[in-house]
Parts: sequence; C-alpha cells; structure tokens
Amino acid sequence: MLRYVLRRLLTAIPTLFVIVTISFFLMRVAPGGPFNQEKGLNPVIKANLERVYHLDEPLWKQYFLYLGSLLRGDFGPSYNLPDFTVGELFRIGLPVSIQIGASALTLALILGSALGIVAALNQNKGADYAVIATATAGSTIPTFVIAPLFQLLFALTLKWLPVGGWGDGALVNKIGPIVTLALPQIAIVARLMRGSMIESLRSHHIRTARALGLSDYSVVIRHALRGALLPIISYAGPAAAALLTGSIIVETIFQIPGVGRYFVDAALNRDYTLVMGTVVVIAIFTIVFNLIVDLLYAIVDPRVRYD
Amino acid sequence: MRVNYKSWLIGTTMLVMSATGAFAEVVFNRGNSADPESLDPHKTSTVYEANILRDLFSGLTVQDAKAEIIPGAAESWTMSPDGKTYTFKLRADGKWSDGSPVTADDFVFSWRRLVDPATAAEYAYMLSPVVNADAINKGEKKPEELGVKAIDPLTFEVTLNAPTPYFLEMLSHQSTYAVSKANVEKFGADFIKPGNLVSNGAYMLAEFVPNDHVKAVKNPNFYDAANVKIDVVNYIPTEDRSTAMKRFEAGELDSNDDIPTEQLADLKAKFGDQVRIGPYLGTYYYVFKTPKDPWSNAKLRHAISMAIDRDYLAEKVWQNTMIPAYSFVPPGIGGYETKTTDYAETSQLDREDAAKKILAELGYGPDKPLKLEIRYNTSENHKNTAVAIQEQLKPLGIEVTLLNTDTKTHYAHLENHGDFDVARAGWIADYKDPENFLALCKSGTGNNYGEYSNREYDDLLAAAAASADPAERMKKLSEAEAIGVARDLCVMPLLYYGFHTVVSDKLKGWEDNVMDVHPTRFLSKE
Repeated sequence: MLRYVLRRLLTAIPTLFVIVTISFFLMRVAPGGPFNQEKGLNPVIKANLERVYHLDEPLWKQYFLYLGSLLRGDFGPSYNLPDFTVGELFRIGLPVSIQIGASALTLALILGSALGIVAALNQNKGADYAVIATATAGSTIPTFVIAPLFQLLFALTLKWLPVGGWGDGALVNKIGPIVTLALPQIAIVARLMRGSMIESLRSHHIRTARALGLSDYSVVIRHALRGALLPIISYAGPAAAALLTGSIIVETIFQIPGVGRYFVDAALNRDYTLVMGTVVVIAIFTIVFNLIVDLLYAIVDPRVRYD
Repeated sequence: MRVNYKSWLIGTTMLVMSATGAFAEVVFNRGNSADPESLDPHKTSTVYEANILRDLFSGLTVQDAKAEIIPGAAESWTMSPDGKTYTFKLRADGKWSDGSPVTADDFVFSWRRLVDPATAAEYAYMLSPVVNADAINKGEKKPEELGVKAIDPLTFEVTLNAPTPYFLEMLSHQSTYAVSKANVEKFGADFIKPGNLVSNGAYMLAEFVPNDHVKAVKNPNFYDAANVKIDVVNYIPTEDRSTAMKRFEAGELDSNDDIPTEQLADLKAKFGDQVRIGPYLGTYYYVFKTPKDPWSNAKLRHAISMAIDRDYLAEKVWQNTMIPAYSFVPPGIGGYETKTTDYAETSQLDREDAAKKILAELGYGPDKPLKLEIRYNTSENHKNTAVAIQEQLKPLGIEVTLLNTDTKTHYAHLENHGDFDVARAGWIADYKDPENFLALCKSGTGNNYGEYSNREYDDLLAAAAASADPAERMKKLSEAEAIGVARDLCVMPLLYYGFHTVVSDKLKGWEDNVMDVHPTRFLSKE
C-alpha cells in the first residue's frame, strides 16, 4: 500500500509539469497583458513595468525563469496585487476556502447520504418523492440565486446573521457561505445515494442477510451502505478538490476572502503568476483527492487491492 | 506607601467610561468598490486606491471635503515670478506616524523614486512638468538629476519645465505623496506591510487582508489629529454591488462608492436622500479610427454622432446616473469654457435629419449601406449602450455590428493600434484641468486611440503649456477643444460620468463634489 502511494505521488510530478507547461503557454495565447487597462499607459512606463517583471524577455526564457522559481517553491509576485506574492495570497486565502469548503462537503455528505438512504428505503412513497423533488430543485437552482435569497431572509428579514464579510472568521459569518455552497452538493449526494442504495438493497448478499434474519439496521448500515458508498466516494474526490479551492460565486456574494475568485479574476486580469499559482494548487488538490479516493476504495471494497 | 490618587482616579474614570460606551471608538465601515492593488503610493493608479491613500498620507497639498486644494504637508509655498519654481515650506510639526519628522529629504527621495524606471510607476507622468522627469523615466538621465532640491529640512524646491497652473492640484494626487525614506530603506519592498508602513496622514495602516478589509486607525502624530473625529476606518471591498446594498441596509457599511444603477429606483425608494448622485469629472466616449476610410471624413463622423440619442442613453441605459455629453471636457472646471459640438442644443429629430442629409451627400443609401463595427469591453452597461446605438443607427441605413472582448484584450487592441471602426473608451480626470482630457487627442500620445493628428490642435496645446497667464492658457485649451473635439470629433463624447454613492445619515460632513473625493478626516459619525 505504501509503495503504491509513493508510486502515485511520484507520477504526479510529471503530470504537474505537463499541466504547468500547457497552462503557461495557453495563458500567453490570450491577447493583451497585465498592463493593458482603461487608463492606457504610455509606452515608456509600460516598458518599465514589463522590464521589472521580465515580461520583455523571450517567452521560452520567461518559461524557464518561472519553472526555476516554482522548483524553489516560489510562485512569484502577483502582477495586479504587487504588495503580495502569489504564495502570500494563498497563505491568507486558502485557509478560508478550505474551512468553508470542508464544512460544506461534510454537511453535504452526512445530510445528503441520510436523505438518500431515507428515500431508498421508502422507494416510490411520499418520503422518496419529497427527497427527489427537493434534490432536483437543489441542484437546479443556481448558487447566485440561492445566496442573495439567503441574505434577504436570514440577514435582512430575520436579522439572525450578517449579510456578508468574514468578521475574522466568526461562526455567524460562515453559516451563509457554508450552507449555500453545500445545498447543491446535498442534492447531488442524496440522488447518488438513493440510486446506489436501491441497487445495493437488491443485491444477492443483502437478500441473504435478510434471509438470515438480520435486523433492518444491521442490513442497511452494515451491509448495504458499504456497497452503496462507492459511487459517493468517487464523486466526493473531485468534489472535495473543487470545494476546498473555493467558489467565486459564494466568495463574491458573501464577500469572504477565499481563493476561489482568483481563478477567474486572475485570468481576466492576465495576472499570469496568479493564474499559474491557482492552476498548480487546484492540480495538486485534484491529484491528492483522487489518490485518497482510490485508497478509500480499497478500504470499503474488499475486492480492491493495491499490493 | 504613597498612593497616586490622581492617576488612580483617572484610571477608574476611564474604566467606567469605556464600560458605559462613552469612550467607544468611532468606526467607519467604508465600502470601496475594490481592494487596492497596492498601498505603495508610487505604484497605485486607481480611484479606490486613492480613497485609502488620501487617508493614510498627506501630499504637499491636500483636498478638503469639497475637493478644493488646501495646504497639506506643506504649510505654505511661493512661486517664482516666471512660474517655474515653487518653494514649499513644510510644517514644523509634520511627523510620520512613528513620530519622526517629515523632511524635504523625504520628498526628494520619493519624487526620485516615482520617476525612477526601476520603480515602474504607472503614474510617473504626474511629475512630467518637473525638469528632467520624462528623461529620467525613459532611462536617459539619472533620478538624481530631477529638478527637486531640499534647501533645508523644511524647505523643498521644485523646478518646472514651464509654468504649470494645475501643478498644485497634481500635488494632492497620491502618486506625488512622500514615503518615509528611512522606512523604505529599512524594510525594502516590505515597507508597505502593516506594522512596517509609516505614513503622514490622518490615519495609519493597521491591517490588510486581501478581499476582506484594509483597516486604518487614527494617527496620533498627524498635525491636525485634534480635529479627526473617526477613530477607525475599515475599507471593505464591495465588488458585488447588490451585496453591498444589503450590507448598507443592514448597517454593516456606512457608505459605498458605487450602486447597482439598474436598481436605482428601488434604492431611492428605500434609502431616500442617502443615495447621492451628481456630476463627476469623467467622460464616456467612442473613438473613430481617424486614419481609416471612410472614418477619416469628419463630416461622416458627425453624422453618426448626430444620430445617437444621448438623452435616451443617459435615461434608459444608465438610469440618469450619467449625463448626455457633447464636449470632451466635462463642465465644472473653474475658468474653463467647454466647447460643445454645434448640434448640442438642436432637437434629436433635427439632428437625425441633418445626419440623413450628410449620409445622402456622401452617397450612402439602400444601395450602398454604411457598415460600422463597434468594439467594446465586457460590461453589462457597455453592451446595453452599444446595442442602443446599434438600434438608433439602423433607421439611417447604417448596419452596425458589435464586437465584445474582455477589458485586457480591448485595451491591448487599442494601444497596439489594431484595426477597428469605432471603439468604446472612458476617461476620469486625475486632476481638475482640461489639459488632462485634451492631451488624449495630441498626435502620437499612447492614449490617442483614434490616432487623430492635427498640427493646429497640437500647436494650441503647446501654446497653452507655454503660456504664463492662466486665463490665456484656458482660452488656448478651449480653442483646441473647439477644433479637435467640436469640429473634428477626435473623440465622440457620449456621456459625462456621474458619481453614484450611498452615504448613511449617520455620517456627517460628506460633501458631494465633481472629484467624488471624501477624506475621512473631515467626516464624523453619530
């Protein structure tokens, strides 16, 4: 198992290298640069800026300069936020995104699974229809609609929570972002769980378990759930990578200082180093969570072995 | 044992007062449309950065609550008879927030830093009027050769290339602020971090969490600290304007420098007089590529301009947060007579008739339709404006197509003199002077996207620059606008910008002005 993990982590290095290379050159295909803006710069000033950031060097040289600093763990300075390095921006923002994302994911997994199980056990009955209807609504109403409605209801009408802001990480400030981020995930997990649970309940070993007279609780939680978890695990891996690296919509609407917005803002601002930093961080998260998913498979499903 | 009863009494009283809230600090949560890109005055360029730096620093001159120029770090100044040398007397009680004195040396150091090509300051051109500034920025001369001198610790002398009437106005701009030489030398690039940064304004930097807030606290060493009533300012980036309005409603923000204009009617109903709207010193314009046929014909440019119903744009597209414009320089600059196109006062119907006549004269009609492409950068309002213009030009047989690109692509295309018919642009004044607008039509200027080139226009601007008499100078600039803009449409003005803010009733001392400048030191909160 340990050898498998090491091998996977080692193969991640060439993967990252390919991702970095492709992103670096793709980014440069986009017209314009970090210093094109509404108030145009005179050519002398623009040349000064480009010299300071080595943007006047040939592209291949910039690529190797970037690769060199990346190997030293230096993501470089942000072009559009020159007071910070890209590393500093992530050090400040990533913990915020991870807190929100991890809480939302946990909430989604617990609540979504519970709802899914309830629906599966009551297939084609009222409870099932209620879950399906809610889940469909939850996954179709976009976050940019739910978030403002949430603010209207809980902040302006009921006055239980603040409208937005991080408030140095106070719990009341986190509830809105977590719930809004979790809602569509709850819906997806509930539907996945319902489907796989129904299938699992029909399988031979469950029929056998029932025939042996095991209690309902034991059949569902001990035996059926184990098989039903596999699709949830495969979904949760990429979902975790996406949630923990932040959501631009939730962060912008609730005005919280995560890293989700950098993905879009940096690309629009041609903040090359910040885009690259975001790409690397998301790639690492995706690689790591895919590995975790594969390891969890081995734990949940005895047929999977990595020796 | 002797007990110091007096200090015990004061201590107890203070404890009681703070417990009862009598001592509670006054906090101003100030919505600011975006985070600062930098807090280094020499590396900033945006309006939202200016809002913060104006509180942290004091230029030689500063703007008061009405955006009028008053003494700042300099308590007085004199100008030589030829108008080329300014001598500033710094305040004897001028201090940095660490208590060290603000000296002429700091200004010499800072101004050299601003024009040094190694700083790569976007606003290095603010010092263009100073001797050798442009040559230094180009790398042709050394920063030490800049026309500034510290005569003694409190006397700062500046030599200009030519009399520059708006020079004092420019000194209130954040790019000309001084940073502490000792501080920059001690911390290097990190001098700007909270804890390191010292400043000479009413406030000092306490925290900067990107995408969350910049916190500034009252600077006890500020020369006018006795009159500063707000203790803490939190500048909160409010990129999502709808959320900003909800936060304002919930009392989480005391003001915001922008509103979602499409919600204007609702907001006015909800917030009443707390919604503030008024003219702002900026112009929203389209520009024709003047060397390109058929747009090289000024008559044709005017025909298009006449067919555009600016009242409709201002009212329907911009909800009256913008004002129809027929000149490049907006009204509101003292001593300057704005020159509008000659159809500014004509009715829209007459204008359309005149436009049709010109088009027919030039041979355009159903057999030979005029084709025009409008390039604009991504924004809901820019799109709506372009679509409205497309519809307005259709009845005249003009086939308009739209081309939208993101902001970076758009301006890269314009700056690199890429091909286009008509493109959208905007200009907000850096300082209150017509030259700041009119320079955009000067031959060969980087921002002259239409590549307009006219000798007479350039000569008038040069004559204005060389003129020692302010009235004469304004007249020359006015003549230049009459030729370049009103006659030739080097740019096609569409709308003057307006400021649109929400300001809580609790905030006192907020004065609306054309620069939309509101230093916190002049405000108080109930």
